[in-house]
Amino acid sequence: MSADSASTSDSPRAQRVRAAIRRELRADGAGEESVGASPVIALEGVSLAFDRPVLEDVSLEVYRGETLVIVGESGTGKSTALKLILRLLVPDRGRVVVNGRDVAGLSFEEALATRQHMGMVFQGAALFDSMSVFENVAYPLREHTSLSDDEIEARVREKLRFVDLDPDHVMDLLPAELSGGMKKRVGIARGLANDPEIMLYDEPTSGLDPLTTATITRLIVKLQRELRVTSVVVSHDIRSANRMASYIALLADHRIAFFGTPEEMAASEDRYIQDFLGGL
Amino acid sequence: MRHAKVRDASTSVNLTSPLFARLNTEAKLAVFAVQERAILTWNAVRFIFARPFYGADVIQQMNAIGVDSLFIVILTGFFTGMVLALQSSVSLQTFGATIYLGHLVSASMIRELGPVLAGLMVAGRVGSGIAAEIGSMRVTEQIDALNTLGTDPIKKLVVPRLIAALVMVPVLTVVNDLVGIFGGNVIASLSVDIPSSLYWRTVWDQIASDGFTLRFIPNDFVQGLSKPLVFGGIIAITACYQGLTTSGGTEGVGQSTTRTVVTASISILIVDYFMTQMLLAFF
Repeated sequence: MSADSASTSDSPRAQRVRAAIRRELRADGAGEESVGASPVIALEGVSLAFDRPVLEDVSLEVYRGETLVIVGESGTGKSTALKLILRLLVPDRGRVVVNGRDVAGLSFEEALATRQHMGMVFQGAALFDSMSVFENVAYPLREHTSLSDDEIEARVREKLRFVDLDPDHVMDLLPAELSGGMKKRVGIARGLANDPEIMLYDEPTSGLDPLTTATITRLIVKLQRELRVTSVVVSHDIRSANRMASYIALLADHRIAFFGTPEEMAASEDRYIQDFLGGL
Repeated sequence: MRHAKVRDASTSVNLTSPLFARLNTEAKLAVFAVQERAILTWNAVRFIFARPFYGADVIQQMNAIGVDSLFIVILTGFFTGMVLALQSSVSLQTFGATIYLGHLVSASMIRELGPVLAGLMVAGRVGSGIAAEIGSMRVTEQIDALNTLGTDPIKKLVVPRLIAALVMVPVLTVVNDLVGIFGGNVIASLSVDIPSSLYWRTVWDQIASDGFTLRFIPNDFVQGLSKPLVFGGIIAITACYQGLTTSGGTEGVGQSTTRTVVTASISILIVDYFMTQMLLAFF
């Protein structure tokens, strides 16, 4: 695949050069509060294969408060990137650095502790189906804090309201009684319960109607603007990606085929990118 | 798992044949599964004594494994005791030895039938349930969600079920023993005309005749309760392992439950034989 020189990185070296340019831009004051900051999340030359390659020499950086949207065809390793950040998987080569620490070097217990600073929203919401909405959102608080029952309830209500759900209406419902969009919003509320620094979303809008898709997209943007949460979103939905992304990474053939802003992506003359955008 | 290609020109067997490759793969998978179960067992036992403790989950599982299985265990124990007494009485009558019916029923129930029946009942009823529950959690990403929320799934899911099974399968066995012996009493009274007082005295004679451990604990009880302890462990670990390794959606969940019942039941019967050999050497 060819790539236009302005916005497409088809080699690890080019990706690193782009990352260096971005750092310089921030140092010049272009990057708001992240002046001179190191990335919150960095994938450095990451490769992973099972029976066949899943990711090959992928490098990405996400700075505080940014939202990176990873797009690409099915099976190109998008969700795997999230699992690497969570250290549910360890790369064969390269490093995955979160908050300055190489996650591959963490023990299992350290990895569990690190994940407490992250929130994850799964494609199918992955709510605990034997627990009520309240218990689902309260789960991380019960597990990792010493908050009283009253404080936990107050926090759960706050998070449910943040995702535009009426606590009095939904708290006692079971996940099976929720619509797809409500499940996703409860999933976001659960991910937010511990006030994480990082939010990861795996296909947050898949299977939803256009109105609910817009609601979820608005929520993710709201999180970025109001809470300055660093986010990585895996999505097929290029329209939502354009609305929520600080940067978009396009994965193709298990490599980064493009990295840039939504505007750069739209302006790209690369055939593959145009086909990709046109096909969505 | 990769298919290892073995080339050995010195043997007459074609080691590169598809059949050999398949056998090779299956053997490796079997060894791998044993290794994985051993690791899961080790971690689960280790985590019993590690924080955080999920006390409420343990109680909930004790209820699911113990209380909810009570009816089926009572039913099977009662009828097994009656059938045992009925069949034995026919043979004993031949030798004019029906007075030994209490001996026979109690020895059979306490040492063998009680533990094995309770184990098989729990494996069927509870083992399949655990595998289905954890398997569903696996295929709907709830296990991954636990991980991402900073919870170790082994501590949260496996340890409470293991503790509950280790406690409740012996308890169910005691219930099964008692009900089985009572079933024998019913047949002894109604069909063989042995008075209840005589029947229960012969039951106690049997228990006392095998001696005591630490002066107070009948050896029959040691045999009869050490087995269900192991069976409880087998059921919990097998079911949790199958659940945690479920793949392939709802069809995979079905396969996991079937594998759990088959594997746990066969394991119980095999382990029962070897434990009997070992325990008879000691008691």
